Amino acid sequence: MAGIKKLPLPSQLGLVPILVLILLLVPIGASIITLIGSATNWHGLAGVFSIDGSSFSAVLAAPGFAKSLALSFWIGLFTPIIALLVVMLFIASFNNSGGFVWVWAVMKPVLAVPHAAAAFGLLFLIAPSGFLVRLVSPEISGFLRPPDWLIVNDPAGISFALALVVKEIPFLFFVTMAALPQVDLRRTKIVAGLGYGQVWGWLVAIFPAIYLQIRLPLFAVIAFATSTVDVALVIGPVTPPPLSVQILRWMNDPDLAKRSIAAAGAIIQVGITLSALLVWWLGEHLVMALARMAALRGWRFRADLFVRIFGATLMAISVGLVVLGIALLVLWSFAGVWRFPSSLPEVWTFKTWFSQMPNLLETGWRATKIALVSSGLSLVLVLASLENEYRSNIQITRIAWWIIFIPLLIPQIAFVGGLSVLFLKLGIDGTLWAVIMVHMIFVFPYVYLTLADPWNAFDTRYLNVARTLGKSDNRNFWYVRLPILLAPVLAAFALGFAVSIAQYLPTLLIGAGRQPTISTEAIALASGGNRRLIGTYAIVQTMLPFIFFALASLIPKIAWSNRQALQATRAGK
Amino acid sequence: MSGFKKLHALLAGAFLALSPASASEPDPQNWDMVLAEAKGQEVFWHAWGGSENINAYIAWVGEEVESRFGVTLTQVKISETANVVARVLAEKEVGRTENGAVDLVWINGENFAAMKRQGLLLSSPWSTFLPNYQLTDFENKAVLTSDFTEPVDGLESPWGTAQLTFYYDSASSAFVDGVPPASLDDLEKWIEANPGRFTYAAPPNFIGTTFLKQVLYGLVDDISVLRQPADKETFDLVTAPLWAWLDRVQPNLWRSGQVFAADTTNLKTLLSDNEIDISMTFNPGEASSAVFEGLLPQTTRSFVMDYGSVGNAHFVAIPFNANAKAGAMIVANFLMSPEAQARKSNEEIWGDPTVLAFEKLNAEQLSYFDSMASGEATLGIEEAGATLSEPDAFWSDALDAEWLRRYGAGN
Amino acid sequence: MNIGKENIVMNKENIVMNEGEKKSQVLQRGLVLQNIEISQNQQPLLAIDASIKPGEVLTLMGPSGSGKSTLISAIAGFLPNVFTCSGAILLDGEKITELPAQKRKVGVLFQDTLLFPHFSVLENILFALPPGGSMAKRCNRVLSLLEDISMAEFAKRDTDTLSGGQKARVALVRVIASEPKALLLDEPFSKLDAHMRDSVRHLVFEEAKRKEIPTLLVTHDPEDAKAANGRILSL
Repeated sequence: MAGIKKLPLPSQLGLVPILVLILLLVPIGASIITLIGSATNWHGLAGVFSIDGSSFSAVLAAPGFAKSLALSFWIGLFTPIIALLVVMLFIASFNNSGGFVWVWAVMKPVLAVPHAAAAFGLLFLIAPSGFLVRLVSPEISGFLRPPDWLIVNDPAGISFALALVVKEIPFLFFVTMAALPQVDLRRTKIVAGLGYGQVWGWLVAIFPAIYLQIRLPLFAVIAFATSTVDVALVIGPVTPPPLSVQILRWMNDPDLAKRSIAAAGAIIQVGITLSALLVWWLGEHLVMALARMAALRGWRFRADLFVRIFGATLMAISVGLVVLGIALLVLWSFAGVWRFPSSLPEVWTFKTWFSQMPNLLETGWRATKIALVSSGLSLVLVLASLENEYRSNIQITRIAWWIIFIPLLIPQIAFVGGLSVLFLKLGIDGTLWAVIMVHMIFVFPYVYLTLADPWNAFDTRYLNVARTLGKSDNRNFWYVRLPILLAPVLAAFALGFAVSIAQYLPTLLIGAGRQPTISTEAIALASGGNRRLIGTYAIVQTMLPFIFFALASLIPKIAWSNRQALQATRAGK
Repeated sequence: MSGFKKLHALLAGAFLALSPASASEPDPQNWDMVLAEAKGQEVFWHAWGGSENINAYIAWVGEEVESRFGVTLTQVKISETANVVARVLAEKEVGRTENGAVDLVWINGENFAAMKRQGLLLSSPWSTFLPNYQLTDFENKAVLTSDFTEPVDGLESPWGTAQLTFYYDSASSAFVDGVPPASLDDLEKWIEANPGRFTYAAPPNFIGTTFLKQVLYGLVDDISVLRQPADKETFDLVTAPLWAWLDRVQPNLWRSGQVFAADTTNLKTLLSDNEIDISMTFNPGEASSAVFEGLLPQTTRSFVMDYGSVGNAHFVAIPFNANAKAGAMIVANFLMSPEAQARKSNEEIWGDPTVLAFEKLNAEQLSYFDSMASGEATLGIEEAGATLSEPDAFWSDALDAEWLRRYGAGN
Repeated sequence: MNIGKENIVMNKENIVMNEGEKKSQVLQRGLVLQNIEISQNQQPLLAIDASIKPGEVLTLMGPSGSGKSTLISAIAGFLPNVFTCSGAILLDGEKITELPAQKRKVGVLFQDTLLFPHFSVLENILFALPPGGSMAKRCNRVLSLLEDISMAEFAKRDTDTLSGGQKARVALVRVIASEPKALLLDEPFSKLDAHMRDSVRHLVFEEAKRKEIPTLLVTHDPEDAKAANGRILSL
């Protein structure tokens, strides 16, 4: 770039980072303030300025509070640990093998499955009246009626944890694979030459290099696990439920006093998430210290066959659970009479699909509209931000990364809860655009995350050449950069679309019940337990992002069918 | 609009301004005005959406009011009516006196009492002036005028009646000679003999709360104490036998009481899945409805407790800040029409009992009810036994809170 | 300079076995490549049959793309799946062809030193030492190894702050510290500045000789071959 004067920025582009900051920070800031005000019974500027902790003590005195809190905390820490372990073991064991491409292919669809749908599928699979028990009944198990086992909705939250883990694993897998190209993988050859076992050698040589990059997404996973509401409603404990569910109940209680208790609870929820993150951070140091100690002592850990098989098995099980779960959703949607202990429906029917078609279409279309707009606008913002970074030659700082990630680190129940109260006061709640706007707050970080690496990997010398050919920056953006980055851009859009489709709490609270989407309908059906209905809605909820993921893969292939170099360019690989 | 019609409207408007009803609230006594105002309005009806039968019925209502009156009806599916109360309350708090999100709400009991006392409903009576109200059995059925001891005062419009009914598969081996446990003692013994085969919905879900009331009725000495609120001491004293009974059955409940059913639909699904042997509902026609659907076997039967069954009525109400008040009134009136009531009590569709008095119907109106036969699973009038009227709304909330404290937190 | 009598002609079309030299002897100590033939998709790439005595450096010379690095991969144990390798590799009398890479005790030096950035110089080498001994003993060992190449004061340094030559030296110490039974050098000097190369080359070959490690050097630079002072095979 030496010798070429920086071209003057179009003034619009420079505004984009400011826009993004507003989009991300202002609602969050406003909602947190609202929450604090509500929780401390602060009655505004005109009124009495009093702060009291009565709401907080009410929360602590609520029945089952300690259990709810412990539940949120342990789930929030435990599930990412397991997921990370499985992903690391798996990648360490199999990165060089030929079958790995195959694993990639399977993982992509699993990533597209919304959390709630995966939870439903798991529910249908492992419940005492679910598929697994039916498979062995009555021949092996002797059960003619479903056994009274406490598997799903168990108070300890184990099935809840499982439902989270099976979705966290594909996500962490993708994030890790995206980070890998930046590391010189020949390191594994060095450590092999030094006599280190395959898994341990990979962990010592590669893992530290990529960890910093997957850290933020990991934190997002922790935050989600400590505070998710929709998965908890499907398969989580009920007596007592995790704190986030309890907060939702308090929020909707007609008793005014409960409103401040809900706000206090939400603030405590933020505290739980932050504490979990802190514990994780401390754990990082502990693990690092232990690993270092082992490494510097030269412990080789060559006998890792068991570990490798273990990692592969766990990975296979987790993928299998999701895939099988989805299959069950399909089966149930076409099931007529299907009584325990039959393994397959006794009667097949289209009745459920026919009767639900109008509502499926209406809610599905609404969800699609919201997702298209929120993902599309987010994509535009992301592209504008990235292009702005390029043109003004600024490197995005760590702080900026954290800011982008903040919406994913604050519990939704806290943030969206406060926001919904604000929107009610402003009179814009219940409108489609309010929902879209709030969706964008969550979609933007994911789109940015997915697009940043491929964007930065783009060889800017192409643009330099274009400049020397006399073409303007704008032209180059549209005619050079975008076409080459078509595949990652579409992949980022598809991911943003999927994120928006799956949103439950924002649509529910901001939409004030007026904007039912396929996801809110599906979760609403969870309590009734009518599997035929649930299957139908969950399938549609899954199909919508699938379609866009498929398109995102297909369109570049078709568009660039005669352009070999562009075939290999895919987001994250 | 033609000139004459405009004049008519102007005059009617002036007349309306002088009438007792508030200026923004349509006067149901002037039904033509209401019809005219309602045309083209969109009514958002917040109604429990946990049952597909009911949702389908409401969809039919929507079609009818659209074609007949030009009113667009949209059901906002909710899981707890209390949430709607919270919503309207929140709107009132921020000063939203018009264009509220809720036009019509399916409601009764403690939620109605909450709305009424906090001034969240229309300011003057309206339901008693609806044309179809005259066809209801309001003289004889106290539940239509007193909602959990709170006077209705025309602030909500009757829709259906309900009675806590249990149902089961009489062919199941869990029941000797197909006889169900119809007394509290029998039920307790049955639960002990069949561990893991009985559950109830967790309060504050309405069927859960009702089950608590039902058991309380069977254990309390003097039921008159339930007609009014009580202080903490009295409450603890009166409900002590209830908690003792629940404590005794708790270990033998489905999932050992660690998980409870969520609502009537969940209970129905559990019975259909053969996870439990006894289910309960507010709708006496629900069992037959399920049999007709193929969800439950033909041998399904209903029963009630031998000492009487908690019964009530359910209504629709209009919040004070509703956007489409006229449209809402049109819908409320249509819901009470013979055609709509007949379709509702048809067990092949829903099975919810009617609020109408058959003596007041003419031949044509009666004919709507002709084609319906009660299913085998529905109890006849005699078998349905005595109705226990709902206690004061205080008891619902108090029982919910105490239950949550004892069983809802995993103790 | 010793130009060996054997000539192996390699090209992708036909395999010509070495002529004039007796077949590789099965040595009690040292690295033996017995009838190694590497093919890619049924196309033969190269074939070699040679033995390297302890302390000896065998230089394999050839232009880029002739498969030299592939041979290194094959011997070290991470040959990519697209290649097939037949024949036997013996190290100190033991057949290592079927063993996974970590069990072969074969050390490799690449062009890029690949020093671990999250370890200091001391830690890089500590890591390479075989397990055993107290931390104090291990550190002393590493320090003495560093002293041997006059780099003891660099022990606590961040590897990123080292010059190319310093990195190369550390990389060498690292691989030697792991006590390998054979050493493979994949053009390790080509990224060094010219004035560095001599001293580093000297160091590497001295170490190999001193520790009596059979070494295979693969390069395209004749100067490397000269410094190795051993047999040369040309591809």
